Amino acid sequence: MNQPAYKHWHVERDNDAIVWLHIDVGSTNSNNSANVLSSSVLDELNEILEKLTYELPRGVIVLSDKPNGFIAGADVKEFVPLKETAEALVLLRRGQRAMNRLAELKCPTVALIHGFCLGGGMELALACRYRIADEDPRTRLGLPEIKLGIHPGFGGTVRLPPLIGAPAAMDLMLTGKTIDARTAKKIGLIDYAVPARHLKRAAMSVIMNPPAPHRPGFIQSLTNKGFIRNILASAMRHRVAEKASEAHYPAPYALIDLWVKHAHDPVKMMEEEAASVARFVLGKTAHNLVRVFFLQERLKSLGKKTLIAPQHVHVIGGGVMGGDIAIWCALQGLRVTVQETRHDAMAKVIKRAYALFKKRFKQPRLIQAAMDRLIPDDKGVGVSHADVVIEAIFEDILAKQALYREIEPKMKAGALLATNTSSIPLEILSEALAKPSRLVGIHFFNPVAQMQLVEVVSSFITDPVVTRQAAAFVRHIDRLPLPVKSSPGFLVNRVLMPYLLEAVTMEWEGVPAAMIDKAALDFGMPMGPIRLADTVGLDICLSVAEILSQRLNVDVPPRLRELVSAGRLGVKSGQGFYTYHGDKPQIPRAKPGYTPPADIAERLMLRLLNEAAACLREGVVADADLLDAGIIFGTGFAPFRGGPINYVQEAGVDIQRKKLHELEQHYGKRFVADAEWAEL
Amino acid sequence: MRQNFQPSDFDEVILGCVMPGPDEANIARVVALRLGCGKHVPAWTVQRNCASGMQALDCAARNIALGRAHLILAGGVEAMSHAPVLLNNDMVTWLGEWSAERNFGARLAALSKLRAGHFKPIIGLLRGLTDPVVGLSMGQTAENLAHRFNISRERMDAFALESHRRLAKAQDDKLLGEIETLYDTQGHAYEHDDGLRRGKDHEDDMAKMAKLKPVFDRHFGNVTAGNSAQITDGAALLILASAEAVEKYKLPVLGRIIDVQWAGLEPAQMGLGPAHSMAPIMQRHGLAIQDIDYWEINEAFAAQVLACLEAWKDSDYCRTELGLDRAFGEIDLARLNVDGGGVSLGHPVGASGARIVLHLLNVLKRTKTRRGMASLCIGGGQGGAMLVESGRE
Repeated sequence: MNQPAYKHWHVERDNDAIVWLHIDVGSTNSNNSANVLSSSVLDELNEILEKLTYELPRGVIVLSDKPNGFIAGADVKEFVPLKETAEALVLLRRGQRAMNRLAELKCPTVALIHGFCLGGGMELALACRYRIADEDPRTRLGLPEIKLGIHPGFGGTVRLPPLIGAPAAMDLMLTGKTIDARTAKKIGLIDYAVPARHLKRAAMSVIMNPPAPHRPGFIQSLTNKGFIRNILASAMRHRVAEKASEAHYPAPYALIDLWVKHAHDPVKMMEEEAASVARFVLGKTAHNLVRVFFLQERLKSLGKKTLIAPQHVHVIGGGVMGGDIAIWCALQGLRVTVQETRHDAMAKVIKRAYALFKKRFKQPRLIQAAMDRLIPDDKGVGVSHADVVIEAIFEDILAKQALYREIEPKMKAGALLATNTSSIPLEILSEALAKPSRLVGIHFFNPVAQMQLVEVVSSFITDPVVTRQAAAFVRHIDRLPLPVKSSPGFLVNRVLMPYLLEAVTMEWEGVPAAMIDKAALDFGMPMGPIRLADTVGLDICLSVAEILSQRLNVDVPPRLRELVSAGRLGVKSGQGFYTYHGDKPQIPRAKPGYTPPADIAERLMLRLLNEAAACLREGVVADADLLDAGIIFGTGFAPFRGGPINYVQEAGVDIQRKKLHELEQHYGKRFVADAEWAEL
Repeated sequence: MRQNFQPSDFDEVILGCVMPGPDEANIARVVALRLGCGKHVPAWTVQRNCASGMQALDCAARNIALGRAHLILAGGVEAMSHAPVLLNNDMVTWLGEWSAERNFGARLAALSKLRAGHFKPIIGLLRGLTDPVVGLSMGQTAENLAHRFNISRERMDAFALESHRRLAKAQDDKLLGEIETLYDTQGHAYEHDDGLRRGKDHEDDMAKMAKLKPVFDRHFGNVTAGNSAQITDGAALLILASAEAVEKYKLPVLGRIIDVQWAGLEPAQMGLGPAHSMAPIMQRHGLAIQDIDYWEINEAFAAQVLACLEAWKDSDYCRTELGLDRAFGEIDLARLNVDGGGVSLGHPVGASGARIVLHLLNVLKRTKTRRGMASLCIGGGQGGAMLVESGRE
């Protein structure tokens, strides 16, 4: 009854002549917890489908035997060694062929989806006649290829727009966002969203009594017609341009072109899809974005979740950082007590929490459950129940030390004690403890809900076991841990600060703030340095700068002090370098005929790169990849450039060093090249 | 979390609530789960109108006495601001017909039968506060008592003002340590009950109180919004434990429940419930008025509390209604509701019974005294009283 054994697939024919095609990608794959469509998986699938074409089963149901999901996508690792377009084409055509065979089966076909169904997995589901998904919120569907600098290449661009209409289809592919089963049902991406207990019954029922396959509504189907495509395309290009420039991120633009030119001819479009993806896979953007993807995987692997099983987090200090850390932990399902005696501050935390939970959970029951997990604790009774205690009070050595003395005896044995300090060396703080080796830094970035990176800081006295547990905790709350050495500014603030201060200096020299920001944006930074300084708060910038200037080669520009003493603190005071209406800066018009200096971007970036080199030399992080990862996920540093060190290497170490030398001649010793440049 | 045990160590959770929301009929279970007691801790809700919270404590005490439980979370909750507005019967019938009709024409016909009267809502809260047997609102029963014991509008108003004065002082002196700060989702903190009115001076306040219109007997009545309990939301929870559990978890003991009495009386006179329920306890334990250090009589209405005091002073009432051989005597106002009551901080009906017991125990602890009596009148013609003592022995 059963077919010959395959490595990744299991073919089962039941009494109704329905073939159940189980995917369970073998453990030789290093990413063995998830199904990915590697070449060998696709080869087997092609073989199986070829047989099924002649065997004519009653129907075919594709499902995953992995508990965590359906199929996570193509095997990204296979992109890395590609050198020639022809090689890439072979890989893509193999996938397209499998999907086409599946689509051409005469019998009804069902993709039975739970957990993630992404990229190539989603394209496989699209090649089935029906899609049925588990309604559980853990089900995530999407085509995130764009985030790797490519676009769908296994027929997804061909099959999706006719199925659900161009606006929804292009939105999914251009943003790379993932959606849950309910939303997918609403837009027609899947036919049914059912509870897990009904998944198999639903699939069988669809095979035994096949309904008409999904068709888009009348309006939706119009959106793929010739002249309408042109109108929609220009709107799409416009929207994409707001997010990413064509020079830095060409794939979304190519995806729109592909659809506009070929949507009427699926066969041709299939060929062009493969050609387009093959081109991008070999390009620099995709290369670096794939690199970023693997850097992210590496950061994830630095926190082994099994090392700690946190249930309860106690956060001390309900200010902006403490409050947001607490809110984030509650969002991630942990019970959180927030120790804060100022009731007005606590009230603000609850307000922010409600706003975030409402946005993320939508369903009132889930919002309420999250609110219940976040417990105001003005007496600090949570400390003795917590598995993790995070101190986030104001930056004062004596206050922190006094607090540690008070809480250490109350804490559970083995509970983690972490500080969110950004400027005080851990070895000094830990002097107050009976067991100094238990203190670790867990340094979050503002805004906590958006910044994925968390620096896990250890001093020479910190127990390595504690450091690993802290990194594991960071994974439990779905952030990326970066182990760093306790040294001034750790990694992210230290590398960022010279760049910010150079911007402040230029502004003081008379370069309009908007020009400085534009240069940084053109380089690919997510926000200009002047605006970033305003957003962080100039008082905070000043205090970090002053702390760093005591230990490092950093001068604090007088302009910063001047603004702070004038009460111009940035967005929060309504005025900093810019004047704000709400969060929006008022950009003064540039003087006519003014030409900004040509070296803005160079001055900014080389200060950043030089400091990054210094961090590497001092061993603030273990290696160059971790440095790149930290700067990308901690500052938003242009991901398509693959990180500062990667950028220097791509742009040429000698060229950059020469530029640095020129800047030194011109602007002085702050541009002296770090000794590490010789090693890059 | 303040305690030396886990929420899942509770044997059960018992809460009083008069009007739980339609989606949380057994609100005790909802509270238990949301507090993190876990799925294995059973929970049930009790209802004895205004004394539901005290009933919960009684049930808990009884289960512990019977040896069926050692550690119980008990108290009361009420969200009167969430009381439902109901559809009237005509509307319900119409909706039934509407959803039974399948085709457009029939629906149109059904629509044409809809009249303005269908939309007249039933305010759940008002229904809840009306006695269906005698057809009187709670306020009207208070008017009855005022009439019977000849309690003037001025006395009621003065009593009400005193309640506010005492609460204000208690808040200022931070005597309400058992109250937790609440937060809403809009960024506000509520450190105190917001029912408190702080006036200018006594004369001015009395003048303002005198201006309020009677609510229940319009035009000629005496009971106003000012001298009645405020309709509020609230919750009060206590941990009740057996001697064994106290030992096991090393619990700090605030006090003990000595005795409980429930009494029935004429529904139209329900406000005298405390007089009827406290008397048997006093007799059983051979206590005279001065043996009780502090009293809490829930302030449903100023007139009703004053009537209870009058009843105990009235030898005629004590003989005929309470079966005593003479008047019981006079409760010292200085020892009654010392930190304000329902008039000033509100009467969330299901919670008040637990709140006054908890607060009474705190008063005993603060004043280092021993014996306290808490009592409530109960809509429908009942009274409940609980005798407590502070400390372990």
